[in-house]
Amino acid sequence: MVGIVTYGSYIPVYRIKSEEIARMWGDREDYPAKGLKILSKSVPAYDEDAATIAVEATRNALRRKHIPGEKIGAIFVGSESHPYAVKPTASLLAEVFGAYNAHAADLEFACKAGTAAMQIVYSMVKAGMIEYGLAVGTDTSQGQPGDALDYSASAGGTAYIIGDRDVIAEINHTVSFVTDTPDFWRREGQRYPSHGGRFTGEPAYFKHVMTAARMLMSKAGTEPKDYDYVVFHQPNGKFPLRVGKRLGFTKEQIEPGLLTPYIGNTYSGATPTGLSAVLDIAKPGDRILAVSFGSGAGSDAFDITVTDEIEKFNRDAAPTVRKMIEHARYVDYATYLKFRRMIVEVDE
Amino acid sequence: MVVPRFWRERRHRYNLIGTKCPVCNTVYFPPRNVCPKCGRDSVGKMEEFALSGKGKIYSYTVVHQNVLGYKYQKPYIMAIVETSEGPKLTAQIVDVDPEEVYIGMPVRAVFRRISEDGKAGIIQYGYKFVPDWDALDK
Repeated sequence: MVGIVTYGSYIPVYRIKSEEIARMWGDREDYPAKGLKILSKSVPAYDEDAATIAVEATRNALRRKHIPGEKIGAIFVGSESHPYAVKPTASLLAEVFGAYNAHAADLEFACKAGTAAMQIVYSMVKAGMIEYGLAVGTDTSQGQPGDALDYSASAGGTAYIIGDRDVIAEINHTVSFVTDTPDFWRREGQRYPSHGGRFTGEPAYFKHVMTAARMLMSKAGTEPKDYDYVVFHQPNGKFPLRVGKRLGFTKEQIEPGLLTPYIGNTYSGATPTGLSAVLDIAKPGDRILAVSFGSGAGSDAFDITVTDEIEKFNRDAAPTVRKMIEHARYVDYATYLKFRRMIVEVDE
Repeated sequence: MVVPRFWRERRHRYNLIGTKCPVCNTVYFPPRNVCPKCGRDSVGKMEEFALSGKGKIYSYTVVHQNVLGYKYQKPYIMAIVETSEGPKLTAQIVDVDPEEVYIGMPVRAVFRRISEDGKAGIIQYGYKFVPDWDALDK
């Protein structure tokens, strides 16, 4: 049985309210809440980046179950905001956790690099190459000030240790669907990404998420009612509910893993963190469907069953996602700009 | 800080790894090769010892005149943290407002960017501390 052995998330403590962003840019006050279904988003502190988030998320995972560094045979880190253009985040994690013999690399695939990391590590465990592997989805995503992404692009991440012993959630099946779809991109050296506006919806998010979800359910021989929870990539608070409805899922299946209304879109961290919030409350036998989406574009889907092992597992050793969401400190727009290094100084 | 020095110290900075004297059990951070109490009895015997990262604020100050690179963080809190294993170390306290901090406040270590060598240079990571809200809630 190959699956999740332990997991941990990290969400920075700072938040900005959507109404503060709307005030700044002269948008209708109710636009973010009604149009995007985002009330606030997480903001990384000045001294946080995708690497520090990855370290904290992994530490939370290892607090729940300690896996010695020498047993971690692979480290893959998915992010579109790796602190360096050249120098891996994965090697920093190897050093921090003493995993010097790990196969390690950074991944980028817009918002789905975290689930891509999970698939790689899962495959390596399944192939018998490694005992345990670490997969992380982490981001301090960038949004152009004043753009719709200014309301959503946030920060956070989740780490999964995947193995074949003491598995708390078995990964039954995983599939992917990928096409060349230019819905969102950032060219080398550009500070902020560009996107196709409404084009990011139908031919991008909806097509890929729905195709991957249907492929997976066909492979697993399941239908929506077989799942206790479903986690979709969540670029805003609206898309996951809409895609869920179209696929035949209920609000009750979706909402426990829907975090964007409170913390925004954590990009590579989004689907992994939604799944983490579900694992925080899951019981043995619960079945979970998780489908990520990365622009450019592709989706990874997972069919997961929670095992009896979760009863013995020390979930309380690290904070739950909900607890981190509640522990919030709000900043104004100017502080947000300062924290996000978006102020351009004259002497630069 | 020059790159080789940072590289040499990275293990200590990332995971608060100090040393422990096996003769008198005193823990040191940063690491020492010789225990000042036991002198030659400790030579060659000092063991690596990882601090838990838990501690409390022994004393602190709020900095308004920043050092280079800290302009965007001011006012910031610099403290002497007394770790639960004994060693006292100087570190920044983050994710909290200066008026909330007090001597004796329980804190725990977090992994943060400490400094960066300009826009093109190396990013130096290491420990800072945040209030240990779990301990404060109890």
